[in-house]
Amino acid sequence: MLQVKNLSFSVGPARKRSTILNNLNLNIKPGEFVVITGPNGSGKSTLAKLTMGLEKATSGQIIFNNQDITDKNITERAKLGIAFAFQQPPHFKGVTVKDLLQISATGHETFLEDSETDYKKLIETVGLDESYLEREVNNTLSGGELKRIEIASAIARNAQLTIFDEPEAGIDIWSFEKLVQVFKKFRDKAPERALVIISHQQRLIKQADRIIVLENGQIASEGHPDDVLPQLQEAGS
Amino acid sequence: MKTLDQIEKELMQTVAGIHEPPAGAYNFRVNGKSVDRQSSKNINVEPQENGLIITVKADTQDEVVHIPVIISKTGHKEVVINDFYIGDNADVTIVAGCGIYNCGPENSVHDGIHTFHVGKNAKVRYIEKHYGAGPGAGKTLNPVSKFYLEKGAYAEAELEQIRGVDSTNRITEAELKDGAKILIREKMLTQGRQHAKSHIETILNGKNSVADIVSRSVATDESRQEFTLHIEGNNLCRGHSECDAILQDNGAVLATPSLDAKHVDAQLIHEAAIGKIASEQLDKLMSLGLTQIQAESQIINGFLK
Repeated sequence: MLQVKNLSFSVGPARKRSTILNNLNLNIKPGEFVVITGPNGSGKSTLAKLTMGLEKATSGQIIFNNQDITDKNITERAKLGIAFAFQQPPHFKGVTVKDLLQISATGHETFLEDSETDYKKLIETVGLDESYLEREVNNTLSGGELKRIEIASAIARNAQLTIFDEPEAGIDIWSFEKLVQVFKKFRDKAPERALVIISHQQRLIKQADRIIVLENGQIASEGHPDDVLPQLQEAGS
Repeated sequence: MKTLDQIEKELMQTVAGIHEPPAGAYNFRVNGKSVDRQSSKNINVEPQENGLIITVKADTQDEVVHIPVIISKTGHKEVVINDFYIGDNADVTIVAGCGIYNCGPENSVHDGIHTFHVGKNAKVRYIEKHYGAGPGAGKTLNPVSKFYLEKGAYAEAELEQIRGVDSTNRITEAELKDGAKILIREKMLTQGRQHAKSHIETILNGKNSVADIVSRSVATDESRQEFTLHIEGNNLCRGHSECDAILQDNGAVLATPSLDAKHVDAQLIHEAAIGKIASEQLDKLMSLGLTQIQAESQIINGFLK
């Protein structure tokens, strides 16, 4: 489904170039649930953003369903079947939560129909009640509420590949337990879809089929959680 | 009643949401003349020099009066003076608005001066939409709205300049007595070389009086907007004003807030934010499948909703 080939990403002026990703290669198969973890600055979020087209790679290729999407923009990638939940979702004055979910569910195959019940169920799935549907996605929402709405908007896309960039950030422990359940259900509902989560949280990592550990812009280790988690714990990661 | 042509009907629909005489009280003004007028049992609409006197009986509940103005004749210039007297405990909605269609070489101008005397514990919702269309020289709209709120009165003003108005100089003023409250929601979109000025001034004289003013605007192309928002607190009162603007192309916005607290218990707040659409907002909507143009449109429509 997703192939990343020799992907590099650097920032800064030529004399002080900082390499974030260095010749990275990885594959994500259909139906796979992958957690990408690693220390801060290891390139996890950059990899996610490059996949969605939010950043442009310095070199390398990104292939999605056998199509080279390296030069495609965000919209084109979204239409091809990639969804993305932002680590720090933006505010929108005058746009309601329901507006956002409707945009998410428009123009592609989705499990959401234009019915109140579907939106109500979806918002309840992420731990918010239906009154939130009419609220604006503005700064009256807390960071945790905004994050849950962001997760709901990514789920509403029902995409072939969904990437969640640190979904646990800004969410309290109680809500985080619920969030783990959300991802379990999301996966069960569409087992053919691939799910990639950028996370530090062991409870999420344990749910994955595979963990990829990034360090200094390269893959340090990967494998099943039972194999990789002990190494991570040993390393104090 | 004069039969409205298609252009006039469309203007009427855009600014007042109607193109036929509605139930209840109304006055249709087309090219400087009142072409149809009706009073209701509780709302009296009568002419005065250059305008109307509209009187709402005390205790009137949930009634609507429509007073749209249409200008479809190029070069037409008018000053309209409407005075409103809202009786104690009444609850009424006033739908105003002006649409100009100009297809000729001369500037068409509507200056509207509306004065609202809102009785004790009365509620008034005032909806005013301004719109310009046609390839002609100029469409100028200069509205003045003055609100005088008695004890416990409530006014809500929705002031909207939809598009197509080349020049506007908008003045909104309010004076509030004890327990009175006013909400002002202003929305404005300018394009091309249009110029818009808006001055909103609220004087909170009464104990526990409240003013909440939100102005949202979008300035595109080469257009320019100027806002001055002033709140004066002369008693135990609360005032909040917010001026948000989105810039596109070479659009420019000057916002000048001022708060004048003349009483130790006056709580006055101002917020302002002017800038282009945040790239994070575009990225988010594009990640949901919208093109950049669709995303910009969605953000602006939501902002001005």
